[in-house]
Amino acid sequence: MAKELLKGNVAIAEAAIRAGVQAYFGYPITPQTELLEHMSLRMPQLGRVFLQAESELAAINMVYGAASAGVRVMTSSSGPGFSLMQEGLSYIACSEVPVVLVDIMRGGPGLGNIQPTQADYNQLTKSAGHGDFRSIVLAPSTVQEAIDLTVLAFDLAEKYRTIVIVAGDGMIGQMMEPAELPAMHALRSARPDWALTGAKGRQKNVISSLRLNADNLEDVNKRLQAKINRIRAAEARYEQVLTDDAEILIVAFGTTARIAKTAIREARRQGIPAGLLRPITLFPFPNAPFKELSVGSQQAKGVKAILVVEMSAGQMVEDVQLAVQGRLPVRFYGRTGGAVPLPDEILDQILMLAHRMDEAPTSGESFAMAA
Amino acid sequence: MQEQWVEQTVYQRPESLSKNPTHYCPGCTHGLIHKLIGEVIDELAIRERTIAVAPVGCSVLLYNYFELDSAEAAHGRAPAMATGLKRVQPDKIVFTYQGDGDLASIGIAEIMWAAIRGENITTFFINNAIYGMTGGQMAPTSLPGQVTGSSPLGRDVEMTGMPIQMAEILAGLPGTTYAVRRSVHDIRTIKDAKKAIRTAFRVQMAGAGFSFIEFLSSCPTNWGLTPSRALDWIRQNMVPYYPLGDYKVADIVKELR
Ligand SMILES: Cc1ncc(C[n+]2csc(CCOP(=O)(O)OP(=O)(O)O)c2C)c(N)n1
Ligand code: SF4
Ligand SMILES: [Mg+2]
Repeated sequence: MAKELLKGNVAIAEAAIRAGVQAYFGYPITPQTELLEHMSLRMPQLGRVFLQAESELAAINMVYGAASAGVRVMTSSSGPGFSLMQEGLSYIACSEVPVVLVDIMRGGPGLGNIQPTQADYNQLTKSAGHGDFRSIVLAPSTVQEAIDLTVLAFDLAEKYRTIVIVAGDGMIGQMMEPAELPAMHALRSARPDWALTGAKGRQKNVISSLRLNADNLEDVNKRLQAKINRIRAAEARYEQVLTDDAEILIVAFGTTARIAKTAIREARRQGIPAGLLRPITLFPFPNAPFKELSVGSQQAKGVKAILVVEMSAGQMVEDVQLAVQGRLPVRFYGRTGGAVPLPDEILDQILMLAHRMDEAPTSGESFAMAA
Repeated sequence: MQEQWVEQTVYQRPESLSKNPTHYCPGCTHGLIHKLIGEVIDELAIRERTIAVAPVGCSVLLYNYFELDSAEAAHGRAPAMATGLKRVQPDKIVFTYQGDGDLASIGIAEIMWAAIRGENITTFFINNAIYGMTGGQMAPTSLPGQVTGSSPLGRDVEMTGMPIQMAEILAGLPGTTYAVRRSVHDIRTIKDAKKAIRTAFRVQMAGAGFSFIEFLSSCPTNWGLTPSRALDWIRQNMVPYYPLGDYKVADIVKELR
């Protein structure tokens, strides 16, 4: 299939359709609305289910119902709407039905604005609802990758019977890029054996998140944690750019990673060996490449400092610090409220770090957010 | 000549009900309403394609008492979950079973919108004028002056507004095909209730839109009454404010009868 010029939101919607999504329930919110609009036209055309719900609360519970019937189902939203979905997500996580969600992050907190941000990182990766659970979180940095990760999201959701969130920011959702859509998958007609399809010729199936007995609920929690550990072991994904000889390692995801690439090219032109580590899965966080880093010093080659760049006040940086375990200084640079860092801002940070490294950095040193 | 003795089954547990004893308090009519629903599902021969959606409330464990594929929804969200289940498999019969706190308070938006859309599902609404499961707090349906755990001096309607009449409200929506109020406090009302359940399911089987039955139901435990006094309380106190009757019976329903 040839490349076409596609807007991120539309590309994600069409990718989900090609991946065989059978039902979409959602509620309009900028900057993801084109996704819902695309679904509203295409799904009925294909004889599939589209419904604009009365709220995100209703939308996620409709998703929960359709997922309980064992069909491929999804919704999409942005900060304020995603917060309303947290109730449903917790029930969905406990009852282990596969669900795909798209969160096109916008400036917050509160109503905030509709500019891009990455400040829902903690919400998505650590606390997408009450109780102990994690969702797989995929963070595309191009429209093409948004397409590919949306297709992957459905496979992972079904493989692990879990929630998979495609986490874009307003930039990914709104920008247009040439990208290639996959071919149309055949719709799956068989339903999983746990699905609610009517107890015909078999015992009844029950989808419930209620376990009144503590031992039973602990067993459920143990099963969930075992699954999450399998996901941690098998599904971490990341990209490395110019890391072989890098002395300054930038860690960034999504839109920020793209901007960092420009800054890295310029730094290298100025003789500073910078590289990029881009987490593609925000959960599971890719710890392995940090463990494998060769730590440099004034004598030895290797990474001498890490710079984390996010469109937030610093959220992923905590996961980086955990992964680095104090072996390297970790500096953070962030913009908030919908402001997008310019390549020059990141370059400045790289230059400052390069300068400081000549003054022998203290191991484990961490820096506050740049004003 | 030898006399002929013929054994004939005149009553048995419906196939749609499980053998599990329920956890309901003695005299609670949740169990009775379950039984009526189970009998009608058997009589209509729809057990193998029916899906129940349980609420949060005393009937949260409903799936233990029905031999049906079942889901347990979040508090108030059963109509949304039922919408998802039904839209992706319109050939199934999907019903929600919800208490008054669940449906008329926290879930008021979800039930209104299921009715507004004319969602082709059936809702059984259990109005016992109390939050049973949490130990007897004021419900949106508690009567004026009713003493509850959170209205210890009696429900003050100056502060809380008047109790909500769901059958009347939903009947006012164009998407609603069938909306009635029934009770189960004596033989006659029980028989009427069962008839209404059959009509509600037949509306759904015909794909005719949203069907809704409000049941006046007892909560002897939180009303502080004996089981039989609780049935009297329904008749004396609830029926005058919640009159039994048909609030919406669309023309298509008459054709089904
Ligand atoms: C979001 C949420 N809020 C509150 C509760 C606590 N809660 C459980 S049942 C219930 C009220 C149930 O009352 P009703 O719907 O009238 O059912 P009944 O027990 O009377 O049959 C409440 C408030 C909850 N489970 N979830
Ligand atoms: S508390 Fe009330 S509603 Fe709940 S089971 Fe007991 S009598 Fe029934
Ligand atoms: Mg109640």
